[in-house]
Amino acid sequence: MLHAIGLGLGLSALWLLLSGFFEPLLLSLGLVSVVLCVYLAHRMDVVDHETIPLHIGYGIISYFVWLTVEVAKANWAVTKVILSPKMVLNQSFITVPTDQSDDLGRVIYANSITLTPGTITVEIEPGSFLVHALTDDAADMEALADMGARVTAIEGNA
Amino acid sequence: MIDWLTPYIDPALDVASWICFIIGGFYLIVGSIGMIRLPDFWARLHGAGVVDTLATELFILGMILQSGWSIVTIKLVLIGVFLFFTSPTSTHAVANAAWLAGIRPKNMKQQAPLTGNQEKSS
Repeated sequence: MLHAIGLGLGLSALWLLLSGFFEPLLLSLGLVSVVLCVYLAHRMDVVDHETIPLHIGYGIISYFVWLTVEVAKANWAVTKVILSPKMVLNQSFITVPTDQSDDLGRVIYANSITLTPGTITVEIEPGSFLVHALTDDAADMEALADMGARVTAIEGNA
Repeated sequence: MIDWLTPYIDPALDVASWICFIIGGFYLIVGSIGMIRLPDFWARLHGAGVVDTLATELFILGMILQSGWSIVTIKLVLIGVFLFFTSPTSTHAVANAAWLAGIRPKNMKQQAPLTGNQEKSS
């Protein structure tokens, strides 16, 4: 029930922000569509903690800020590789252990790894990811483990 | 009190958004060069990643600075957020399909750890 209310509030906010209309007729049409969406989502049995992650707190915002900085740094590293006259690649597949407790945390971690250029999550196995790294610098297990610890910390704040 | 600032705000925003566009364009070109120069599928994914992440987000940031406070700003922010979430997902889908199809990098120094418990020590 809490998740359904959260979904309804989120959809209403999205509707208002995207339409910008505040006339009674359009507002009621928006309300009808929000209720219909929540009902459909409930019928599809997808209203749960995964689709509406209410338990992820404000920590996610500082995490995304940190991640943006990491993405910028990784972009610069890949740029240097691309523009160097003699490209020094050392491609490898590495196995990164994961200790996130649920699928949502694992998705955040895997997407964060893929989002930083130089590393791409290729395969998800129980307890670990298979990650493709472009260079030796990108295949930095300590940096990846640090990222994983941050994701676990967001989850832990539930 | 800050009236004297008013005539400078619009030019300052213009300059800031132009900086975003120029840096974004630089990364767009670098990513495209990477797509051509890098030797194989796996390496090219990383070149595309540069365009996917920093280049597009910088363009959107530049457009936000141009649009001022309006409903367009919110829509641009939402586009940026959705790109932030969906682009790694699609990259993963492509990479996973290539992995399952048996495509492997050229000149790889080591064999892929298929079961992958050898390197767990770190």
